[in-house]
Amino acid sequence: MSLVERSAWFRPGRGQARSPSRDPAGGRSGLARLETRLAGWVLPVLLVASWEVLSRWGYIAPNVLPAPSAVALAGWQALKSGELVHHMSVSTARALAGLLVGGVIGLVFGIANGLSSLSHRYTDTTLQMVRNVPHLALIPLVILWFGIDEEAKLFLVALGVFFPIYINTLHGVRTVDPQLIEMGRVYGMTPLTLFRKVILPGALPSIFVGLRFALGIMWLTLIVAETIAASAGLGYMAMQAREFLLVDVVVLAILIYALLGKLADVLTAALEHRCLQWHPAFHTPKS
Amino acid sequence: MTAFASVAAEPVPSAAGTPHGLDLRINRLSRQFGDKRVLERLDLTIPAGQFVAVIGKSGCGKSTLLRLIGGLDQPSGGDIAFEGRNGPPADREAIRLMFQEPRLLPWQRVGANVEVGLPARTPPAERAARARALLGEVGLADRAGEWPAVLSGGQKQRVALARALASRPRLLALDEPLGALDALTRIEMQGLIERIWLEQRFTALLVTHDVAEALALADRVILLDQGRIAFDLDVPLPRPRRRGSAELAALEERLLTHLFAG
Repeated sequence: MSLVERSAWFRPGRGQARSPSRDPAGGRSGLARLETRLAGWVLPVLLVASWEVLSRWGYIAPNVLPAPSAVALAGWQALKSGELVHHMSVSTARALAGLLVGGVIGLVFGIANGLSSLSHRYTDTTLQMVRNVPHLALIPLVILWFGIDEEAKLFLVALGVFFPIYINTLHGVRTVDPQLIEMGRVYGMTPLTLFRKVILPGALPSIFVGLRFALGIMWLTLIVAETIAASAGLGYMAMQAREFLLVDVVVLAILIYALLGKLADVLTAALEHRCLQWHPAFHTPKS
Repeated sequence: MTAFASVAAEPVPSAAGTPHGLDLRINRLSRQFGDKRVLERLDLTIPAGQFVAVIGKSGCGKSTLLRLIGGLDQPSGGDIAFEGRNGPPADREAIRLMFQEPRLLPWQRVGANVEVGLPARTPPAERAARARALLGEVGLADRAGEWPAVLSGGQKQRVALARALASRPRLLALDEPLGALDALTRIEMQGLIERIWLEQRFTALLVTHDVAEALALADRVILLDQGRIAFDLDVPLPRPRRRGSAELAALEERLLTHLFAG
């Protein structure tokens, strides 16, 4: 909800000057803050509720889509047996390892090609060509190379996250205000200081955009890779469940993917907020 | 002595009575970009501590001259000597440039932005305190912890001035630093620059397109036209100068006549 809408909704309450929940610093009521936080969850909760109701009334057959309560039960059982935690930790470790490897390589190439036209001349064409091959098309080849071991997933995730981070880092480094770079030079900054104090912070907002794209691609790649070839992980769990027609577990796996995706996004947003405090878009409004 | 001078005390001979400013001799300086000759064998001598304003129509080469002096650009011909020696001075921190835009690092707080200008050899423990003292000198002592984004245009330019002064330069080159400010903030900034110049007596080189500003601040006004000095005017009026006085008006009249004659 936008600020304008929010103030339109809650102004009358503020005028009555008695609400004990009113935030003295911000002037926004506690209720308004609660609303801000929960707004994003209203729609998912409504969807799940109507899904439950429709299932109970028999409009949705359990072998097509089991009720949320059945999915929750399946989740609880998987959690109790330790199976869920195992598969989730395997998937998360793969995702993070791939993100780390691909992200660091993308960052290094992005910075190198942003700073050095020599490096850009020699590597960018190659990278752009590779980029246009859908990395998931490499799955058959990757299975031939690595089998269905960890390396295969790591390779695919790393390849997938490399490009968004590379392209956005490159863009960020290249678009740092040249006036600031000139200022740094005039004020006697060494190349390292110039990079640390001017170029990297200037490129950071763009790098974060890359990171957000990369996180989406990270989960996507992992799901596909695990579904096709794995011996553990959430995708594997879903595929096993399909073999035994356990629709509730399949749905559970899908929901967990959605939650993990949201979690990754929340963590990035928090990191962004911390690192980009200076940016007017991230200023926490004062009283 | 003011708080400023004691905080920024550097091993410069100003205390011993010799001028703190850097003297400057420009000899047949040329600069061309492609076919376009921006500066044409320009000769100019500026004694230490003088406040010189350079005016001229846009494209007359005044910013190019400043960039050459500041070491941001290399001449196509001729040379610039500081204290009788060709080439840039050994101490690069002796020359500071202030740009038309504040050029503050938006991701550094105001205090840290001023620290950028401190001499490299300043001990880390002293940097923050010195930055704060410099901010105090430009009237922003309490803003050290703010982000530049929350400051007004004039405040940002004052932070840029504090940064430029942080190394206690012997030559301060100002490239239309007040061009983007509103009229009132401008007058305020002119007063600030004049006061600090009177205290520190560095050589000041102000590029401006505002004739009144040049006359209010400078000991000498140089009019550039097509890459050459068209007119060199001494302004022997006492300071602080009263805006709108008859003497200033007469000088302004003379400058404008020359400006539009060419």
